[in-house]
Amino acid sequence: MNWEEDEEKLLPSQRPEWSDVSPLPQDDGPNPVVPIAYKPEFAETMDYFRAVYRADERSPRALQLTHQAILLNPGNYTVWHFRRLILETLSKDLQQELDYVSKIAEKNSKNYQIWHHRRWLAEKLGPDAAGRELKFTEKILSGDAKNYHAWSHRQWVLQSLGGWDDELEYCHQLLEEDIFNNSAWNQRYFIITKSPLLGGLQAMRESEVKYTVAAILANPENESPWRYLRGLYKDDPKSWIHDPQVSTLCLKVLTSSGTNHVFALSTVLDLLSHGLQPSRELREAVDTLNPNSSSTKDSLGNTICSVLEHADAMRVNYWRWRKSQLIV
Amino acid sequence: MEGEGTATGRQRRATASQLDQWTVQDQVFKIYGAFASIPRSAQSVILELQRDKHVEYLTRGLQQLGPSFVVLDAKCVLLPSSFDLGFATGSCTQLLYLGNQLTMNWRIMPSTFLAVVRIQMVAMGVDQGRQVAETFALYWIGRRMVAVLWMHDAGEIDVRACYTAISVASILNILDDELAKGVGNYILSCQTYEGGIAGEPGSEAHGGYTFCGLAAMVLINQANSLDLASLIDWVAFRQGVECGFQGRTNKLVDGCYSFWQGGVFALLQRLPAFGGEGFGTSDVEVEWVSDSTSEGDDEDRDSSDDNEALHPEPDQEGHQSSSHSPESSTAVHIHHSRHNQLEPLFHTMALQQYIVLCSQEQEGGFRDKPGKARDYYHTCYCLSGLSVCQYSRSKNENSPPLPTSVLGPYSNLLEPIHPLYNVVSRQYHDAREFFSKY
Repeated sequence: MNWEEDEEKLLPSQRPEWSDVSPLPQDDGPNPVVPIAYKPEFAETMDYFRAVYRADERSPRALQLTHQAILLNPGNYTVWHFRRLILETLSKDLQQELDYVSKIAEKNSKNYQIWHHRRWLAEKLGPDAAGRELKFTEKILSGDAKNYHAWSHRQWVLQSLGGWDDELEYCHQLLEEDIFNNSAWNQRYFIITKSPLLGGLQAMRESEVKYTVAAILANPENESPWRYLRGLYKDDPKSWIHDPQVSTLCLKVLTSSGTNHVFALSTVLDLLSHGLQPSRELREAVDTLNPNSSSTKDSLGNTICSVLEHADAMRVNYWRWRKSQLIV
Repeated sequence: MEGEGTATGRQRRATASQLDQWTVQDQVFKIYGAFASIPRSAQSVILELQRDKHVEYLTRGLQQLGPSFVVLDAKCVLLPSSFDLGFATGSCTQLLYLGNQLTMNWRIMPSTFLAVVRIQMVAMGVDQGRQVAETFALYWIGRRMVAVLWMHDAGEIDVRACYTAISVASILNILDDELAKGVGNYILSCQTYEGGIAGEPGSEAHGGYTFCGLAAMVLINQANSLDLASLIDWVAFRQGVECGFQGRTNKLVDGCYSFWQGGVFALLQRLPAFGGEGFGTSDVEVEWVSDSTSEGDDEDRDSSDDNEALHPEPDQEGHQSSSHSPESSTAVHIHHSRHNQLEPLFHTMALQQYIVLCSQEQEGGFRDKPGKARDYYHTCYCLSGLSVCQYSRSKNENSPPLPTSVLGPYSNLLEPIHPLYNVVSRQYHDAREFFSKY
């Protein structure tokens, strides 16, 4: 399908090739709820679409019509679905179709139907499509680094079609640009756990902990690496509480002034609940932060909750609940 | 992203996330600052829910939507779900005709279908008798739709689809083991290392999907399979200095997450694991978490604190960085009962403050955040979130919340919603009873 030809705005009723078709109007009944005031152009195009859809006509003119309908409303999943049926029946070139959907996506990067269409096409094209799909999502992400659809699609491509080679490096680049980009941290987790080129979570843990600790120290107020660090020990709390890097990190953050201590405190609280034996230095660091010096007899967990009730007042109810959940 | 970071951190230039966050923060704090500086009488006015204006805005939309709404054409049925909250109009559903359309577009989006059911539930409040024939259309379509979903069309399964299928099936009383099979494992695989739930396995933890995932798990009785501790921790941290909720870590506050994230707490509160009474069977009146000391707690706080604005203290440097310095407390007095585990786990008054002061438009409708335009979707979910906050301490649906649970005048009180379905509770019970006969 030649894109330039599609610039023609002639409606079906104005085209001789549609003269044999009776358009099928929309029937919402006598009392429609939230009726939309369709423009005549839209209504007519959709009337003809309904006719070919009902007749299951999978012809070139029907394909063209789906394009017109898509231009008017890229969110109509029925139209996209029928377009796919036509593409199959007519054995159309799917790379060209990718060109087509890329153009439509330019102004619709958050449209589920477009991303689904891409996925369908890529799946049909197979591993050869991987490179192109990774490039495409990279382009979208360069304009919106957290686009949920783009990341989902990228993950699907990697798992279904491959292309893992440069992914960790790509993630690193994004984090260099914006260390607060939680989508990039999430992708990093995806890579280290799923990539066939790496050894899996346990094998990667050592180097990932180092990477994450550095990120935390640069911006201790950044929630993303704290959660990532916790994730590195998912299903293995024993390793987590025994890794000296973790408690050292917390101590470092807790003893620096002018620093956000919330995540460090929260981490220590979690460590305690999984059996950490706190060092004296850790206890002292927490006590220093406690405005209420009379509660030094309290358990460390109790003290931490008390500190957080003030230091993280938005979550006062949560910290009170955590305190109530402490054993002893 | 509170606080300044270490000295080395401060030398790096601000990232896109930081800049976006500070921009929104500044706008929001301006609003709170302006609010705090006006006399109390003026504050009371600003805190009022503009009920008439909202009804007007919504009613206009029910009657007719402009041509630009074609982008929602395929999902036109989704919109009415925005309207059933807070008031039920006399508009009726033409399900036979809708059913006809749905038959044509048999691969309908589940969300569309859920909205159909919602209209049904609203309409039923008006006229039960007329709905019988349409009910059978719904039943047939519902059964078929759910079967189609589980035939698994590549790439179309996600946590939202699970939720809409399961919730529709449960209202229509066609939820059975066959339908629930596999759903639990799928949703489990969508809980991320952060604690929240993603749309698909591997994707990022997200408020919308977290609500859908948890609600679906509750409906199939598998909520306890989730790592609830990490889920709660994640969602608790989604409420930021702006007082509203963000959808994902390090992203911006948005009024709609008042429901997606706030609703998670409403669900959690009812779980037996957290001292809740559970959700019961379809025939049992759902019991709210009992807070037997709530009446006695008025003396714990000064009633003048009701409208106390949550105003983070400005930092000394006074510019882009967070106005909320890490160790300071906000100027708020929290109402708490002596039974901590029965209290809501988030800051309900703060959220109400965001919804009423930042999301509410005085001319009617609600928006994502200041600077964004109002829309029906945000109107729906801001109101839902507001209702969740107001009823977060209520003993049960029949006993009204205390004034201390409602920000602003008590006339701001909304109808309670059922957190699993996000419809007005009363209508849920009517519908459930109706469908249980078939």
